[in-house]
This record gives sequence, C-alpha cells and structure tokens, in this order.
Amino acid sequence: MKKKALSLALCAAMAASLFVGCGGKEGAATGGESVDTSGELTWRVGGIGPITGGAAQYGQGVMNAIQLAVDEVNEAGGINGYKVSFNFQDDEADQQKSVNAYNTLKDWGMQILEGTVTSGAGQAVSAETYADRMFMLTPSASSTDVTNGHDNVFQVCFSDPNQGAVSADYIADNGLATKVGIIYDSSDPYSSGVYQTFAAEAQAKGLEIVATEAFTADSKTDFTTQLQKCKDAEADLLFLPFYYTEGSIVLTQANQMGYTPTMFGVDGFDGLLGVENFDVKLAEGVYLLTPFAADADDDATKSFVSKYESQFGGTPNQFAADAYDGVYILKAALEAANLTPEASSEEICEALISEIQNVTYDGLTGEGMTWNEKGEVSKAPKAVIIKDGAYASVD
Amino acid sequence: MGFLTYLINGLSLGSVYAIIALGYTMVYGIAKMLNFAHGDVIMIGAYVVFMCMSNSGMPAVVSIVISIVCCTALGMIIEKIAYKPLRKATNLAVLITAIGVSYFLQNMALMIFGSNPVSFTSVIKWQGIALAGGALKITGNAIITIITCVVIMIVLMWFVKNTKPGQAMRAVSEDKDAAILMGINVNATISLTFAIGSGLAAIAGALLCSSYPSLTPYTGSMPGIKAFTAAVFGGIGSIPGALIGGLLLGIIEILAKAYISSQLADAIVFAVLIIVLLVKPTGILGKQIKEKV
Repeated sequence: MKKKALSLALCAAMAASLFVGCGGKEGAATGGESVDTSGELTWRVGGIGPITGGAAQYGQGVMNAIQLAVDEVNEAGGINGYKVSFNFQDDEADQQKSVNAYNTLKDWGMQILEGTVTSGAGQAVSAETYADRMFMLTPSASSTDVTNGHDNVFQVCFSDPNQGAVSADYIADNGLATKVGIIYDSSDPYSSGVYQTFAAEAQAKGLEIVATEAFTADSKTDFTTQLQKCKDAEADLLFLPFYYTEGSIVLTQANQMGYTPTMFGVDGFDGLLGVENFDVKLAEGVYLLTPFAADADDDATKSFVSKYESQFGGTPNQFAADAYDGVYILKAALEAANLTPEASSEEICEALISEIQNVTYDGLTGEGMTWNEKGEVSKAPKAVIIKDGAYASVD
Repeated sequence: MGFLTYLINGLSLGSVYAIIALGYTMVYGIAKMLNFAHGDVIMIGAYVVFMCMSNSGMPAVVSIVISIVCCTALGMIIEKIAYKPLRKATNLAVLITAIGVSYFLQNMALMIFGSNPVSFTSVIKWQGIALAGGALKITGNAIITIITCVVIMIVLMWFVKNTKPGQAMRAVSEDKDAAILMGINVNATISLTFAIGSGLAAIAGALLCSSYPSLTPYTGSMPGIKAFTAAVFGGIGSIPGALIGGLLLGIIEILAKAYISSQLADAIVFAVLIIVLLVKPTGILGKQIKEKV
C-alpha cells in the first residue's frame, strides 16, 4: 500500500514536471495578447520567438516592440478601420517548439505571422506557412534558407549574405586587420551562412584568413582550442558570426588566455551586454552589426526608445526595432491592398505578396526600404562598437 | 609551445570528465546500474554555487561546501525515492527510471532558474602562471582542476582500500548476497556510494562551469554523456579506470580539435572509443582490476 502511494506521488510529480514547460508558454501567451473583447472583428497577428532560453533577449525585444506598435496602431484607429489583436508564442529558438507554437497560433485564428525571430526556427516554420499560404514577415531571421523557395516569406532584417559581405568590406575598408581568424557554429544555418559569404568576400577584398575553426551545438562551451589556434596563427581580428550567449564565453576564455584581438561579431552579438552576471568590461571594443542604434538622435528613434524604456524597461535592441518596423510595414501593405479582416489568411497572403513589393517604407532601421520577390529587404547593416558598456555608432 | 598548451587544456578538460566519471563508475560498480541523472546533479551543484557566490556574495570555498552538502543530500534522496524501490527489478527498469530522474531534474531547474543562460564567475581567482617568457600560459582554472582531480583520486583509492566502509563497498561490488551474509549493510553501503558520487558531482559542477562559464539547466547533459563514455573507456567499475578514461578522452578531444578538425572532434573521440572497445571490450582497465568499486 505504501509503495502504491509512493508511486502515485511520483507519477504525479512526473506529470507535473511535464507541464512545467507549458506553464511558461501559457503565461507568455497571455502576456503578449492584446485586447480582443466583445467578439469584435480584428486583424489577428501572431508572433513567434524565444522569450526564454539562449536567445531570449531577441524574442522579448520582438514581443515587446510588436505590442508597442500594435497599441499605437490601435490607438490611431487600426488598419483600414479594424483593430489588431496580437498573440505571441515562445519557441526557445527550437525548431520543433516553433512549429508547435505556429500550430497554436493557427488554432487561435492567426491571419498574418510576424515571426520567427531566429533563423533555425524560421526554416522549419517557413515550410509550414508556405504550405498553408500564410503570410510571414520575419523581423530578424536573416538566413536565406528561410526565404528561399518560399514566396510568402519576407524579411525586415538584412540577410546573411549581406551581413557576411558587409562585414568583410568594413574590415578591409577600415584597415581593422590584416590577418583574420574565424570561429563559427557549423551546426547552425545562420552562423554557417554568414561565414560562407564572409569568407568569399574577404578573399575578394584581399583579407588573409589565417584560421577557420568550427564548433557545434554539442560543444559550444569550450572554445579554448579554437582560440589557441587563432592565436598561434597570429590572427589580429576574430570574426565571430554567432549568438551572444556563446559570444560571452568566447570573450571570457580569450581574456583568461591573455589573447586580445579585435572581436568582430555580426547582429547575433546584439544582447551581449545583457547576459546575466557577464563582466561587460570584457566586451569593450567589440564590433557588431546592426541597422539600428538606440543612441541615434532622429525623432522616430527617440520616441520609440523612450516609449519602450518607460513601458518595458531596458534599452531596445535592433530586433525590437526590426519588429516595430514590421508592424508598420504590414499596415502599409494591408492598406495598399485595401483588405478587411474578413478575408481569409490565404487571400491576405496572396494580396500581401504582391503589395509588399510596391511598398517603400521609412522606419527605425532604414530609409526607403523596399522588398524584392525573393523576400529580401534593400537595406545595409551598419557597424557599431561597444564603448563604456554601451553600443555606440562608429562612423 | 602550441602542443603543450593543448595538452594542458586537454588534461584540464579530462580531469573534469574523470571526476564526473567517478560518479558513474562507483555507482555502476556497486549497484550495477547506470545513473544517468548524474550529469544533472552536476548542473544543480553548479547552480547552488552560483546562487551562493554571485547572488549572496559568499566566498567560493563556502559556496562549494554548501553545494557539496546539497548535492550529497540530493543524491541520497534520489537513491531512496527512485532507485531503492527498484532494487529487485530488471536493469532496464532502473535505467529508464534514471533517465526519468534526469528529465525531472532538468525540468525542475527550468522551473526554478529559467532557461536563460547565466555567466558563471570562476571559483578560482588565481590567474595562473606564464612559463617560457609568456609563450606558455597556464590558467589557474586548469592547474586547480588537475590538482583537485588527482587529490580526489588518491583519497578515494585510499578510502576504498583502507577503511571499513570502503571494504564494505568492495565486498558489495563483488557479491551482494555474500556481503549480506557477512553482515554488511548493503543498503547503507549503496546510499554511501550515491552520497560520495553526488558530492563529487558538486565539485565537478563548480570546476566545469569555472572553465566553461555558461550555466543553463542543460549544462550537465553533454559532459555527463562524455564522462559516461570516459568511464566505459577506462573500464566501468574501476576507479583508476575513470581517471585514465577521463584524461585520455579530454586529451584526444582537444588534440583532435587542434590538429585534425574542430568540426569532427566529437566523431573522432567516439571512433577511438569504438576501436578501444573492439580490442578490449571491458575497457582499458576493465579486467586487470579485480576490486570493482
């Protein structure tokens, strides 16, 4: 009898632990859901991104910024006279969880997806949206694998080839280094994508790549060997196309080794300063790419940053800015298509695919943005440097 | 100089594997079960150190002692609740339970600490030494990790050979039923084994996260698998085997990364393991050592 009671208790504990993950998700959904009372007809915009896990700062930035923009749009009378409801689901930057989140949103009645935040998840979800004919505008999934062959997927951020090429150009044109070492994540499409275009452009620009080292998702905590090889090859600049979590480890281990090359990350390094308990002094002088600098002094940026800071606390990053622009891009395209929320998601999708290519949009992350049929945006990334514990524009 | 640096990094990584592998090998030697939750006990240990040190500002040594106490208690509780009722069940049932416990601990940590990674402050403040005019720099982390590993091995081997509880462990590992007949308390001995293994897991967690400073609820799983590999490599059930297996695995991993391919390093490690097991199915020290603990 005693044993039975014990095993029952254990079963209950096991079952409870299964729901742990879901608990977070439900909380997040209600956190991100805007007013949808009285059964009034609204645009149903869904969002997917990591609000927990290793890339959480991106997802949280995106979720908050979309909410901010949706509130603004609703206050100003909505889109074509209809308000927008917004529902955001967590995917922890995981492909499977992202598809699950997408299905949850479809059950909720989503008509347009503004997501995903990361490229790996975007690959999985874009295949689904393509099959379902659901319009997808990703604020920050920069891999071309997300848009390739999917006519319904558009990006607000610049794409990986763009990032790799711009980084190489920037390093060469500004004479930052002569010998370049590269460390990249060979198990991640985003990281390998940026690496490939960087290597090609660096060669064209006459930069000497003295070391190319890889790591995988299973071994992303020990970079001492890769760093040592770069050090032995006398690389005076390290190109690091991956996310900030691994970035913080690389900086810590390089410091322990006493190796101090110029560190050059791409947009994945945005968020580095927000890693819990990370010594930000180590990030001093790190370069990264972004289309958005929170310290810019144009009115749009100032108003966005101050609203974001007062509502959510903390300075918005480029992902937040991309997501904020995304809402207004959708608004512009929907107004051009002259649609109402009565249209099905398929109808909206077909209309937006043609309309978004006629839209020219001035936003926080670029002037005169336009889109081609491949889903790419026409804007160039800018380099920023970390100075005194904050991001600062360099040019 | 490059080679020496890689070798020392490999020894340092291998020492962490060896300390973790001890936990696997002792439990296997005595209870004849694979405790797959061991890697997650390491993660819990690292979180306890992090909470004490970075959130409450305690000194590193005190934090590690608290962590050892917590992990020892955790290990004994796991044994009592999850494994003891299954002592007469098949090995497979125990194995599945261990995997269940592993997921339970991970999800618990997800609930309590969240899945955002935290940057772990090294418990070792010492910067290390520079030899040969600065060309060879050995970090304090590496030196302390290697020394800790060697000290633990020596103490443990002495303990098993020369103390009463140690003799009881050897007796239980050789023949459980005969040990009962000789008046040895088998349950207490198994509990003690779990306590020692889990206490070591706390030390391993602190050292692991000091060298590779990112802590998430999944931190323990990959090193856990690697250390289990090391235990099999050295001959599971053998304490010196865990040391040799751990060190070899660490060195092979780092050298493969350095001289062959940083992408293929893990594949090479496991290829070596397969070759060793083909030649010597019981692992490197699997047969020579009769006293399995």
